[in-house]
Amino acid sequence: MILDIIISGLISGSMYALLAIGFSLIFGVARIVNIAHTAFYMVAAYCIYYGTHRLGYHPILGMTAAVILVTLFGLICYKLFIDPIREHEAAVLIGTIALAIAMQEIMLLVFTGDFLSVPSLVKGYVKIFGVKVFYQQLLTVGTVLFILAALRALLMKTRLGLAIRSTAEDREVANLMGMNESRVAMITMGISVGLAAFTGAVIVPLTILHPHMWMHPLIMIMAVVVLGGLGSIRGSFLGAYILGFAEALVVFLIPMGAFLKGSVALSIMILVLLIRPEGLFGVAFEEER
Amino acid sequence: MGILGFYLRKLYTILKTEVLVLPSRIVALLFFLVLLLLPVVTQDPYLLRILILANIFAILAASWDLLSGFTGQMNFGHALFFGVGAYTAALLNLHAHLPPWGSIPVGALAAVLAGLIVGIPCLRLRGTYLALTTLAFPIILMGIVFTLPNITGGELGVSGLDRLSRSRLSDYYVSVVCMLGLCAIMWKITDSNTGIIFHAIREDEVAARVSGINTTRYKLLAFCLSGFFAGISGGLYAHFMRIAGPSTLEVSMSFTVVIWAVFGGIVTIYGPVGAVFILFPLLEFLRFWPEYRTLMFAILILVILLYMPDGLLPWLRDKIEKECPRCKIRNVATRKTCRTCTAALD
Repeated sequence: MILDIIISGLISGSMYALLAIGFSLIFGVARIVNIAHTAFYMVAAYCIYYGTHRLGYHPILGMTAAVILVTLFGLICYKLFIDPIREHEAAVLIGTIALAIAMQEIMLLVFTGDFLSVPSLVKGYVKIFGVKVFYQQLLTVGTVLFILAALRALLMKTRLGLAIRSTAEDREVANLMGMNESRVAMITMGISVGLAAFTGAVIVPLTILHPHMWMHPLIMIMAVVVLGGLGSIRGSFLGAYILGFAEALVVFLIPMGAFLKGSVALSIMILVLLIRPEGLFGVAFEEER
Repeated sequence: MGILGFYLRKLYTILKTEVLVLPSRIVALLFFLVLLLLPVVTQDPYLLRILILANIFAILAASWDLLSGFTGQMNFGHALFFGVGAYTAALLNLHAHLPPWGSIPVGALAAVLAGLIVGIPCLRLRGTYLALTTLAFPIILMGIVFTLPNITGGELGVSGLDRLSRSRLSDYYVSVVCMLGLCAIMWKITDSNTGIIFHAIREDEVAARVSGINTTRYKLLAFCLSGFFAGISGGLYAHFMRIAGPSTLEVSMSFTVVIWAVFGGIVTIYGPVGAVFILFPLLEFLRFWPEYRTLMFAILILVILLYMPDGLLPWLRDKIEKECPRCKIRNVATRKTCRTCTAALD
């Protein structure tokens, strides 16, 4: 039981962490609330299904191709639909909602609403204290942690990371210092969508594919970023695991838990906000005028 | 008799000098007249049904605008008010046998309470934080609805309610009168002193506080007012559909409200109403291609936003009217000089 909770909490926590960090990055740098973020994750999952099942590629090849394709697709969407209306906050919100709905409908048309699944990369399991732990689950958690470490290195050690961080700090000053703000935003969008696509790739063997699969993670990552503090990567990371474990606890311990898992996680978020309105690690933003 | 004549003459003067001079006001007048007189021409039940639903959703979209457009408190969980109104009206009607004219206002009061419950924690948040937090409330309530199936009916919802009124036609008139009346009240509120304070809170909250306005109280007031109107629309919906289900609380419901309002143009009240009356029948019209319906809807919104990020109706209004540079009064775009101060229009 306890091990079940830990495994399930780790898996959903890792998934939320990856998604939330991408969401947080693009918000921090370009002030875009990308509702379509998890829709890219859904599209990536379907791409992998298409690559491995319909075209018969090796899963690893399918996953790499899916991540690259979805990243390109995300950049095209950004250029066409989000970039021209970036200055209008409300318009960006419903623009990305419409984008997400459009992607969902296209997937519904192409793949129908059936539940689909993708086989896991590595078969087999190990028994720890009598609980089956699939290798795929261990692989997923490991990959997620590796990617997060790589992302941290990118942000902290490279010149690009410096540009991204300084743009997030203050757009105008960064621009004055000679950083091409719109290019940094574009690159960040690429990284963000890439992370979403990658989440799709590592999670897809553990979950069931359907065109509405983006809705629940979307709500959860919004809770995660608000809980951790918008734009704070460390906050998103911790918040994701807190909510992931909260969900797992509710599902395993309360009888009707599956219905309540979202409610409990979101209630935790609201309770934290009552005590710390800027989230766990958030910086209270200066009034933006 | 004399007094009646006086009022008639006054009405005529207002109509001639204030309403008929501006195309947007003529359109608004025509909108009122067409809605009220439509059943004289046709009583097609399908058409009436679409219009009744459009009326109900117009109240909802306008109430979102009252809160989020005017005070700038981006509410992404507007379905909460709608759902609370619908469920309260439904449960009261089913268990306490309260007729619709009693259960709908009580449902609206419950939605006011919901507005307070949401409003108080959200007072300390602003902008994107607020938008993302408010999204959580309807989902929490939905979890509760699902875990208490013997009270709320779980996934199936509460069904078997009384009809709104005896026939489809009287349903239509109830919804039209409610919509026109409530939207006029909302428009009046936004035009009053309170409305100006709402504007001030959106533009610069600190400055509003410095001017001696208790912004906390006004923000809560906005939440309560918006909850009230949304609750009424929820109650109407429950009684018209004769069911209150979890679909009233869904995330997509909240998103749809935001889409309507932003598409029509926020901070206007007439924008969201117009948008509902354009988009809702359009969505019904697209039913000939059911698979492509939602997709086309989404693409239409994306394309329209690219060209008019401020919303459709304000964009149209700016095309046919222009503002006098001196006295800020609106004029028809064809005029060369302002109609009151005779300054040259550019």
